[in-house]
Amino acid sequence: MPNFIDRRLNPKDKSLGNRQRFLKRAREELKRVIKERVKSGKIADVDAEHNVSMPARGVSEPSFQPDRHSGEKQYVLPGNREFAPGDRLPKKGSGRGAAGAGAGTGKSEDDFQFVLSREEVLDLFFEDLELPDMVKLNLKESVAFKRRRAGFTASGSPMNINVGRTMRNSFGRRIALRRPSRREVEELAEEIAKLEAAPGAQTKHKQHIEELRQTLDKLERRRRRIAYVDPVDIRFNRFEPQPLPNASAVMFCLMDVSASMGEREKDLAKRFFVLLHLFLKRRYERIDIVFIRHTDEAGEVDENTFFYSKQSGGTIVSTALEEMLRVIRERYPAHEWNIYAAQASDGENISGDSERCASLLHDELMRLCQYYAYVEIIDERETEIFGTTDNGTSLWRAYRTVDDEWPNFQMTRIAKPADIYPVFRKLFGKQQTVQLHK
Amino acid sequence: MPQGAASNLLFQGSDWNFETLSRTYDAIEAIAIDELGLDVYPNQLEIISSEQMLDAYSSVGMPLMYQHWSFGKRFVFEDHLYRKGRRGLAYELVINSNPCITYLMEENTMAMQALVTAHAAFGHNHFFKNNYLFRQWTDASAILDYMEFAKKYIAKCEERHGTAAVESILDSAHALMDQGVFRYRRPPRLSSEKERERTRERLEYEEQTFSDLWRTLPPTSENSDPKAVERDVSERKKALNLPEENLLYFLEKTSLILEPWQREILRIVRVIAQYFYPQRQTKVMNEGCATYVHYTIMNRLFDRGQITEGAMLEVLQSHTNVVFQPPFDDPRYPGINPYALGFAMMQEIERICVDPTSEDRDWFPEIAGTGNWRETLLDAWANHRDESFILQYLSPSLIRKFRLFLLTDEADDNYCEVASIHNERGYEAIRTALARSYDVGANQPDIQVMDVDLLGDRHLRLQHNVKNGVLLEEDGRDDTLRHVRHLWGYDVSIAGVDSETGETLYECTTADLSGDD
Repeated sequence: MPNFIDRRLNPKDKSLGNRQRFLKRAREELKRVIKERVKSGKIADVDAEHNVSMPARGVSEPSFQPDRHSGEKQYVLPGNREFAPGDRLPKKGSGRGAAGAGAGTGKSEDDFQFVLSREEVLDLFFEDLELPDMVKLNLKESVAFKRRRAGFTASGSPMNINVGRTMRNSFGRRIALRRPSRREVEELAEEIAKLEAAPGAQTKHKQHIEELRQTLDKLERRRRRIAYVDPVDIRFNRFEPQPLPNASAVMFCLMDVSASMGEREKDLAKRFFVLLHLFLKRRYERIDIVFIRHTDEAGEVDENTFFYSKQSGGTIVSTALEEMLRVIRERYPAHEWNIYAAQASDGENISGDSERCASLLHDELMRLCQYYAYVEIIDERETEIFGTTDNGTSLWRAYRTVDDEWPNFQMTRIAKPADIYPVFRKLFGKQQTVQLHK
Repeated sequence: MPQGAASNLLFQGSDWNFETLSRTYDAIEAIAIDELGLDVYPNQLEIISSEQMLDAYSSVGMPLMYQHWSFGKRFVFEDHLYRKGRRGLAYELVINSNPCITYLMEENTMAMQALVTAHAAFGHNHFFKNNYLFRQWTDASAILDYMEFAKKYIAKCEERHGTAAVESILDSAHALMDQGVFRYRRPPRLSSEKERERTRERLEYEEQTFSDLWRTLPPTSENSDPKAVERDVSERKKALNLPEENLLYFLEKTSLILEPWQREILRIVRVIAQYFYPQRQTKVMNEGCATYVHYTIMNRLFDRGQITEGAMLEVLQSHTNVVFQPPFDDPRYPGINPYALGFAMMQEIERICVDPTSEDRDWFPEIAGTGNWRETLLDAWANHRDESFILQYLSPSLIRKFRLFLLTDEADDNYCEVASIHNERGYEAIRTALARSYDVGANQPDIQVMDVDLLGDRHLRLQHNVKNGVLLEEDGRDDTLRHVRHLWGYDVSIAGVDSETGETLYECTTADLSGDD
């Protein structure tokens, strides 16, 4: 008699721990792959599932194995159809025979890929940014409001009186207090009139008429005392401001692509934009990204051109702001879109233009934007000099004035990938309230 | 359906429950014991889900296993293939233990459960219990206890010394697993739980009383006399029992830098490697035996009217899949299918015993026509491993049926040559070559510890005896050597010596390898 044991309810995933160890082990390589993807892929693609090839280094399990390409070997193979002893088969390339022979005896491990989930990708991405805790982030969202009916209230402006509700209240009160109806009074008056008109009424019905008159009098008094509509009956429509779900956002990426913005600077900028995108993606159903790059003139471009084209020239930052303004006017009306902007630059600007940038922001853009972040990308050496002081490029000084006046404007400096996340937190975490300027 | 016919059937339809499983088991057992004369460990059948099967796979088929990332890697790999549909799950998994544990997947139909029961619970089980290699080298009644001990011990080490430290020892030990078995002398039996407890206590005692001072004793007097040096060397080798082919064993016993718990881990890996060593030498026979047993039993059940035609068709379909052997030029060709070869050879033995041709009488005078197929098979299962089994029983008619041919491949030529085919002149050569290709000992690089000067620079010298000019794959060799160094603590070198000419073909030492670990 066998011993049957039902193990189906035993815990599954016994190998979970082993898998986690494996992932941890493979992490360095995975990180490198993700980094590479972030560099070369589209911003919106970072937030997606990825196939990652099985990383070889760090997770290989070496052992002493015979070299397949040395020495003299013999294979026994099945399925001979045409060969006779002495036939020669070419080894590599054309002949299947030898290839099959190799596969038959060697230990071959297939190349395989495994899929990293969205979360795993983000984890790896953020790990590089030294992200301590994504969950703690909380973007102060500002929304448009719409007044919505929300029940009734006993006080309010006469414009909002709800007649139906008021009349219902008064009717109920009248019934409760037994206010004589008009019909009741009229019937009584009619009866009196009829009796008075009757011949010999004075004598015959004098007593009765007198009683009726008294009743009528009582009714009229009662009607006067109990108002038809009393202030307590009055109800006003109540309105509540309701947040208007605005499901779309547009993100403007502005970047200086003049000669001073090299590979490193663009990579840092890209990381910043990626982070911003991931962040907004959590908030909004739909995000547009507009890429504007500028030298001494600005233009809207696609992502590829934005990060990889080698255009160069002088620097006039204000052209980018003007271009942004143009795009907003044409396509992104501020009442329908949440507008975010991030500007990355090394702060170099033609003289006199920085003031123009500041005034563009003061007069126009800051009213339209939910939020505007300026990131100055500097040398690591410069961090030590500029990091704590307010000195810096003309653009930095000019933006300083904007920063003072507009709470939805933030500016900061970054020098290396590890700076990005803390800066991001600073930019998007700390502000108290963002006023809506409409 | 007429009542009479239905009463004889063990089950109908594809659903199973414990009652049908048990009834079917009894019917299968009756045939296995009474008609085939099998002798098995008590059976324990466990029902598991497919996820659990994947889990079991990735821990090298053991129900208990210590934790290591390589098992996670294996899981990801298997899972990937499974989900891509490139590989189905095995229907069964069986463990060489007493009682013999067989896993049945819950997704299987009843016909498949019957097939698996016959295949694993009787075929494999009989083979494990009776084959001389398993009898001699593995201890079925102790393995599960031992694995439990190993798992706990390693978990405890991780607690005490950190996961990373344990992992690095395991990594290095795994790299030497193939060199961690005794091929010729029998390893000491797995000690019972009590004995192990005592060993562990002793280790802990040694750990506490260990004094580093003893290692700093001044070296013995310098010997300049070459004869004396030579004598010293040979004495030293004798004392260390060199040359030693079991690298893990040598490191466990001799390495100066390992702490007791690290030695114990090496021992665990070595014991597991040793436990699986017979399985590697008997793949064709083991699978052939199980396949032959299930085929015979299921046919008997059908003949007796105990299973329906539908169930039999399902069994046959799956049986055909299992024994399918694509030709060498088929893109599906994965090598010679041990199920196909083993099963075909065992059917041949039955045929030769019962209904021999004159050719069979020439080749197998002892068994041809004796009619004793059952005894012949039981004897073959008990007393052979793949190499000797093929050498003895591969028949010309089977070589023709498989259309086997022999290819020689010399590294310097850019072609392979067909040496023999399935004809009169070729049988002998093909049989010998095929048998040799299943000789695990001969196909694994022969690497031995040659010498070490424990009182000098402690340089560990390994020697690779190169046969037929087959060298080692270089990247793997260097990486593995680094692992040896990690366990040994001092420089390690390996020399490839041609086993015929005695000429040194290559030399490699960790001192020259970049990237120390």
